[in-house]
Amino acid sequence: MISCAEATRQLWEYLDGMVDAAARDAIDEHLAQCRRCCGELEFAHELRSFLARSVGDGIPDAVLRRLNHTLEELSLWAAT
Amino acid sequence: MTESRAGDGEQFRTLAREQLPRLYSVARRLVGGEAEDAVQDCLLKAFLRFGQLHRPAAGPAWLMSILVNCCRDRCRANARRPDEVDFDEVEQFSLYRKIAYEDPFPYSDSLHLDFLAEFGPEDVRAVLLRLPPRYRIPLVLVYMDGYLAREVAGMLDVPLGTVLAQLHRGRKLFEKHLWDYATCGGLLREATR
Repeated sequence: MISCAEATRQLWEYLDGMVDAAARDAIDEHLAQCRRCCGELEFAHELRSFLARSVGDGIPDAVLRRLNHTLEELSLWAAT
Repeated sequence: MTESRAGDGEQFRTLAREQLPRLYSVARRLVGGEAEDAVQDCLLKAFLRFGQLHRPAAGPAWLMSILVNCCRDRCRANARRPDEVDFDEVEQFSLYRKIAYEDPFPYSDSLHLDFLAEFGPEDVRAVLLRLPPRYRIPLVLVYMDGYLAREVAGMLDVPLGTVLAQLHRGRKLFEKHLWDYATCGGLLREATR
């Protein structure tokens, strides 16, 4: 069976489906017998969700106005 | 004007206007306070190259690719010295084990989730900006904006293996910096007060 270090090193790739079948089987076998690495896996999953929901606020109105102004100028330039 | 035709001006404006919020959001996480300038760079470059866009449906991804490269150029221009990271140390780091060992919330039943709950989007952005750009860019695009690793490889014009290696190191560095930010920046002190 692979070690905890080998299993945890590949957990994100495992979640992303980026490991080959042999590595996946080896990690599955390890997880079936190692409660701590199951915790690591669960946390890796949480961390992915945490990143996805941390995108942040939208664009401030003043910035949007300035960028739209740039687009207006480029359109005028294209029309001349 | 090089490749754009006058009639394309309105089409370009429609495409770019729709994408402005997304472009700015990604730029904020890639270059922080230079986000507006990076989007301005992107708009000008995209406008000049608009004639190269043959499939309108590819417009959003095409614009994002230009933005990412504008952000990368800005990171390179600002780099004072090569990034020095001790990856032997980072590779051994496990945020999961660190939180369990340090136990910052002694009365919590969900220690790890409570740790993550301390971070708002501004904190996450601050942590991301501490990462070297070569790790930050793939991490943001894949895990926050949903791009596939091979799409990021195409945007950056690097092999897929390079992006996968950068993602691996970027994740480990991100975990390490989350912990350092929480402990040195006072998030945990405030949480346990």
